[in-house]
Amino acid sequence: MSVAIQFDPIRLPPEAEALRAEVRQFLKEEITAGTFDPNGGSRDNPEFSRKVGERGWIGITWPKEYGGQGRSFLERYVINEEFLVARAPTRKHFTADRQSGPVLIKYASEAIKQDILPRIIRGEVSFCIGMSEPDSGSDLFAAKTKAERTDGGWLINGRKLWTSRAHEADYMIGLFRTSAPTHDNRRHGLSQFLVDMKTPGITCRPVLHPNGNYEFNEVTFDDALLPLDNLLGEADMAWKQATSELAYERSGSERFLETIQVLMELVDVIGENPDVREAEGLGRLVAQLHTLRRMSISVAGMLHAGKEPVLEASVVKDLGTVWEQALPSVARDLAAFVDSDPGNRIRFEEVLARNITIAPKLTIQGGTTEILRGIVARGLGLR
Amino acid sequence: MDEAESLVRDAATRIFQDLGDPQTLNNAADDAWRAPLWSALEEAGLTTAWVSDELGGAGAGIGSGFAVLRVAGEFAVPLPLAETLLAGWLLEQGGIVMPGGAMTVAPTRRADKISLVDGKLSGTVRAVSFATKVDHIAVLADDHVALVSAADCLCRDGLNLAGEPLNSVDLSGVTPLQIATLQNGVDAKALNMMGAAARAMQMAGALQTVLEIAVQYAEERVAFGRPIGKFQAVQQNLARLGEEAAAAIAIANSTAHSIETLESWADDGVYLDVASAKIRVGEAAGQGSAIGHQTFGAIGFTKEHILHRFVQRLWSWRDDFDNEAVWAAELGRRVAAKGGEGLWHGLTAA
Ligand SMILES: Cc1cc2nc3c(=O)[nH]c(=O)nc-3n(C[C@H](O)[C@H](O)[C@H](O)COP(=O)(O)OP(=O)(O)OC[C@H]3O[C@@H](n4cnc5c(N)ncnc54)[C@H](O)[C@@H]3O)c2cc1C
Repeated sequence: MSVAIQFDPIRLPPEAEALRAEVRQFLKEEITAGTFDPNGGSRDNPEFSRKVGERGWIGITWPKEYGGQGRSFLERYVINEEFLVARAPTRKHFTADRQSGPVLIKYASEAIKQDILPRIIRGEVSFCIGMSEPDSGSDLFAAKTKAERTDGGWLINGRKLWTSRAHEADYMIGLFRTSAPTHDNRRHGLSQFLVDMKTPGITCRPVLHPNGNYEFNEVTFDDALLPLDNLLGEADMAWKQATSELAYERSGSERFLETIQVLMELVDVIGENPDVREAEGLGRLVAQLHTLRRMSISVAGMLHAGKEPVLEASVVKDLGTVWEQALPSVARDLAAFVDSDPGNRIRFEEVLARNITIAPKLTIQGGTTEILRGIVARGLGLR
Repeated sequence: MDEAESLVRDAATRIFQDLGDPQTLNNAADDAWRAPLWSALEEAGLTTAWVSDELGGAGAGIGSGFAVLRVAGEFAVPLPLAETLLAGWLLEQGGIVMPGGAMTVAPTRRADKISLVDGKLSGTVRAVSFATKVDHIAVLADDHVALVSAADCLCRDGLNLAGEPLNSVDLSGVTPLQIATLQNGVDAKALNMMGAAARAMQMAGALQTVLEIAVQYAEERVAFGRPIGKFQAVQQNLARLGEEAAAAIAIANSTAHSIETLESWADDGVYLDVASAKIRVGEAAGQGSAIGHQTFGAIGFTKEHILHRFVQRLWSWRDDFDNEAVWAAELGRRVAAKGGEGLWHGLTAA
């Protein structure tokens, strides 16, 4: 009878907490050494990624034969959340570590795995995700960019859009059309490929965010030729392969910690003696955050146990992104009557401004609110 | 959930299905269902899950007691089951033997206080559930637990939103039947936390049922030639309800687990779980009830439909043992005292 969505109470094991202490120490040292500045600077920092790689903290869950540590998702969870809260510049290795590497492990040829995985683990290479197109966003299965099989390899023609960091990435995992959809399955006909971004025929054009940030691109493929070996998994069957990737992509703490700096600064700006309005507002935010974190750790535990909690991951992403999106405006309200020392106030205003301007994207990227709720409704048996 | 908990869960579910079915109780013309349901619960040891064998209880353990409460919430059980469990738990902390029968606890709000002077109690407390329907009250007075006969107290009539007794109780001058010193670091704060956790678990159970009956109704009710569950607006509402229920169940279970394994009631991590549960489940109760009602349309806004049994209890339970606002203000003060970095350290240490 039960349609309830299950989140078991899972606690991080002692080895994960021991790792947390190491990660905090590392971050403290790197901030002191000037490797990065938590309050500004570029999110992209090759030196930082290389150092993280040296520690063995990229691809930590991957098999040892490719340079991984075979450690648990719960340990990865801790590294990820500590990096997020410290605003560590993980951009270079983030996507590869979270989802591209696991896709390669599952679907790439042995030669590709031997070649690329160790380089990801060392923090040397960076990945982007080529799914969306001008006429294919939420409706991923409308993708048109074509991959044609020729004697010399796969010939790619078309356009990807909103591709984050394509201009800095070494590789893309691209979703291309290898045959037409069938009458009874419109999801049929798309395949996943490994794309070397230096392949002739690929060009990136910047598309700027409203605040002028250059993050995403339009990527054009003009007779770009990929080796035959670069098809990942089975041709035409990408729709079946994408599910586990979504669970990785949607449940992590980056789905509620993106604007967390606002909360930290809010606490400091409010100070030690909040009035009742400030205290209540703060208490609610913390209760909501703590609940999200418990849920997200629960999903990490399910991934660790070899499950594919796609439904639970969608719940975490919807609740989490709506929360982190609202956080800046809630904080703005709560801080309205605070008259505290101007040093704090200025930093708070800066952090607030940055996060208010990025907030709208949080419920669009990686699957919109409406699409996620559609998945949850399906999980409830309504679709 | 371990094996003992699922056994208890199954036992409770069977009893409620047989003797406490919400639709049957809703149709009932009188209270004839009450006595058989209560004795079945007593016989199965479910009313004393939190009391050890030596003190006359079932010794089922903290986790099993919470499992019973979740099921009780799923059936919106209109009996002082949570109250009796809590009273048993409190008496246990002083080593007082369970008297049997229904009980409740006082105080429930952190603003209320009862003292013990020369063997007599003093103080008036508000918001005591079922005080007029139980035999005994387990009272926390200073660092003592006292067993009091409910008949000895002055209880002012009052009802919660579901029509269950919710009383002010004047304990002044009452001589308890038994008095014992509290052990295990249990104090008024711990009682308030235990009560909040119990209510959070009942609410999580009730939300699960609201979700289930709403989804089922959306599949059956036809409008414009289609089941309403085929309309995207309805699907998105129900997805929100599903998410609220999931959040409520997740944090309530997590809290039960924290209490089951706690080393000290003064532990900040346990406090964070309990406070978060009472706040977040309370919020889910409000939002979930609204979506539940919206889904059912007019039929849900009738006495004959069972929806109100869940919604009215959700509305009331979120006020018991202090509501979201009170908990949030206290949690917020604690967070503020530790600063921004302390917040993250506190979250990760829990
Ligand atoms: C900052 C940012 C970074 C991104 N990075 C990448 C990237 O690296 N790689 C990549 O491939 N993509 C990326 N994207 C694209 C992202 O995945 C898409 O924007 C997203 O999937 C939505 O697609 P769309 O923008 O075409 O909107 P549309 O699909 O056109 O949707 C527009 C609106 O209609 C709603 N809608 C659409 N279909 C339905 C439906 N069936 N039911 C109800 N409502 C519906 C949507 O919820 C939304 O509100 C990025 C986007 C952003 C904002």
